[in-house]
Amino acid sequence: MTARPKAFDDSLTKTRRSFFGRIAGLFRQEKITEETWDELEMLLLQADVGTKTTIRVMDALRQQVKANTPPEQAQEMLKAELLAILKPVQRAYLPGSRLLHVIFVVGVNGSGKTTSIAKLAKYHKSRGQTVLLAAADTFRAAAIDQIKIWGERVGVDVVAHQPGADPGAVVYDAIGAAQARHADVLIIDTAGRLQTKYNLMQELRKLRGVAQKQVHLAPHETLLVLDATTGQNGLSQAKAFAEAVQVTGVVLAKLDSSSKGGIVFAIADEYKLPVLFVATGEKLDDWAEFDPQAFVDSLFENRE
Amino acid sequence: MFDSLSDKLQEVFRKLSGKGRLSEQDVNEAMREVRMALLEADVNYKVVKDFTARVRERAIGSDVMQSLTPAQMVIKIVNEELVATLGEAVHLDLSGPPPAVIMLVGLQGSGKTTMAAKLALYLRRSGERPLLVAADVYRPAAVAQLETLGKQIDVPVHNEGTLVAPPVICENALKRAHREGFSVVILDTAGRLQLDDRMMAELEQVKRVTQPREALLIVDAMTGQEAVAVAEEFNKRVALTGLILTKVDGDARGGAALSIRAVTGVPIKFMGIGEKVSDLEVFYPDRLASRILGMGDVLTLIEKAETSISEEQARKMEQKLRKASFTFEDLIEQLHAVKKMGSLNDIIGMIPGMQQFSKQLPEEETDKALQVSEAIVNSMTREERRNPKVINASRRRRIAKGSGTSVQQVNQLLRQFTEMQSMMKQMQGKKGRNLLSMFR
Ligand SMILES: Nc1nc2c(ncn2[C@@H]2O[C@H](COP(=O)(O)OP(=O)(O)OP(=O)(O)O)[C@@H](O)[C@H]2O)c(=O)[nH]1
Ligand SMILES: [Mg+2]
Repeated sequence: MTARPKAFDDSLTKTRRSFFGRIAGLFRQEKITEETWDELEMLLLQADVGTKTTIRVMDALRQQVKANTPPEQAQEMLKAELLAILKPVQRAYLPGSRLLHVIFVVGVNGSGKTTSIAKLAKYHKSRGQTVLLAAADTFRAAAIDQIKIWGERVGVDVVAHQPGADPGAVVYDAIGAAQARHADVLIIDTAGRLQTKYNLMQELRKLRGVAQKQVHLAPHETLLVLDATTGQNGLSQAKAFAEAVQVTGVVLAKLDSSSKGGIVFAIADEYKLPVLFVATGEKLDDWAEFDPQAFVDSLFENRE
Repeated sequence: MFDSLSDKLQEVFRKLSGKGRLSEQDVNEAMREVRMALLEADVNYKVVKDFTARVRERAIGSDVMQSLTPAQMVIKIVNEELVATLGEAVHLDLSGPPPAVIMLVGLQGSGKTTMAAKLALYLRRSGERPLLVAADVYRPAAVAQLETLGKQIDVPVHNEGTLVAPPVICENALKRAHREGFSVVILDTAGRLQLDDRMMAELEQVKRVTQPREALLIVDAMTGQEAVAVAEEFNKRVALTGLILTKVDGDARGGAALSIRAVTGVPIKFMGIGEKVSDLEVFYPDRLASRILGMGDVLTLIEKAETSISEEQARKMEQKLRKASFTFEDLIEQLHAVKKMGSLNDIIGMIPGMQQFSKQLPEEETDKALQVSEAIVNSMTREERRNPKVINASRRRRIAKGSGTSVQQVNQLLRQFTEMQSMMKQMQGKKGRNLLSMFR
């Protein structure tokens, strides 16, 4: 497969500069004016933070900021407000030790599940763990080929059946294989589905049930892969997937896009879901543990 | 959930009973609600600003029509402006000497490959001879995906593997189309970020060598505020001729399409409404407008009110729609109330027509039945909820698709509902208000 032209290692930097640079710029003015407030509100909205959360954050900030508050101090207050949304729900990924960790990956169509799974597999592998992947998306055309290619690139095995096969059987076999080989981590890829489809969400429940029956307390993480370009529908996704399969954390994919992924504030706020990882490109290494402090700080970094 | 804007506007205008004309202050208050609703629908904030300014201008001083309340008046103006902004459905332009090239572009995961197959099927059914071209050499198994879809719909796929540069593949495909008499060539290009200058340059090159008649941007209906920035850059690089909104079968409002249309002027051509290759729909501005507002029903109501002669009649109509008969909306409300109360079977047993749900069913089965019902009702338009008679065969199919259930399941619910309704009528005769009010 052709290597994608290496083009935009600094795309993240670019994004941060345009958006968050503007916020930082606002706070460099002498005094905070009504215009500053309006602009600030617009900037949060543009980052897909959503009206409800934006209003809440702005109200909290207005209460703290006095006529004589220096703009830089107001900036720190805003950071603190945003951080106060993410921090309380933040936690370590995959806490505790066990023989086999089962990780279940879900999300809407095209959000970045399969690619994220490849990156997560590499993440575990580079920590000295043996990893097995389960190709439980038997529905989408060539989904099995796709995860097999990633498996080869990462150097981990993939348990797969034929296209159209019962995904439950794939999960069942994959768990058997993981146990037989004493693998440390099993990551299950599922078909993308819109959260409004009742039967497909039922199917996902069943799939989770298969894992639950075979391994104590499995799945140990259920990750919702959210496309950072998603707007307010992200909330509906978090709600529905959490209800159906008890999502334990979010992977924020495509954060290398020009979008800011601001919907995660609302998701953390309303559904108490932490972001655990961010994906920032199509290469295996474009993957990092989520750090709320760094995420919020980066909103205000001025790289100009 | 599905009625926030109309309810909020009613609230805004509640104190305003004298009607006549809308004052500037009334309108300003209303515009705040409109602004929020549009932002919740992912309409770009700049577009929202311009849009509300336009609506505001029209609304201030406008006469409240006799048959409308001020809230309805504002919604009517908002809707008209939305429909106007969305523009008419524009069809594909395949004129000129064949083969006509259609180039699909967009961000990663927006649904290009699936859409390529859908368009191929659609065009073949309208008498064209399409050729699909696998020009995504980057994403693992993208070529295999298109091959699989091509086989499903029996449309040939031009495939040169993943080692040839996409512009070369596309050029070769075009030659082949000339040679073999294909009338349409559909290029499935790799997803890319508009920030990625090299990948965008590759797209320009594909465009140069194939001179496409259509360059279509594929946009995920769930896209947030950045949709405009994305579309502007793609438009700058390859001069878009159209927009296709995908994943419209979910519950995303799709404000991105409005934003893009408003900023770039690029017309919306189709909508993807499911995972199957036949799930393609021509774009209708009025439907998308209702979706963005989340209130198809109120608009129907307004239309009816407008055509009716007197205010009296309009009010009667509204009363009939809202109160007199038991609707699916009432049903959903009941289901929610019931869910909160625990001991489901007992309660359900008391609801007329619902006894069959409770018959010796284990609790989880009952839960499941409720969830199915709710999913189905959620996929109905408001009009359908209030007037189930309009639910014909094609609507049933759409509802089944939207809720991820089967037509049989939809039919079953409709049947149960009719039974329930007739029982409801009998009871109302006896007791005035219906029994269900105790669950409210
Ligand atoms: N730029 C960028 N692209 C990504 C990222 N993650 C995934 N992608 C791309 O997004 C597209 C969809 O990714 P997949 O991993 O196939 O998504 P999926 O959720 O498995 O898709 P389905 O299984 O079809 O629902 C592919 O083109 C990926 O290369 C990311 O972090 N950044
Ligand atoms: Mg996948």
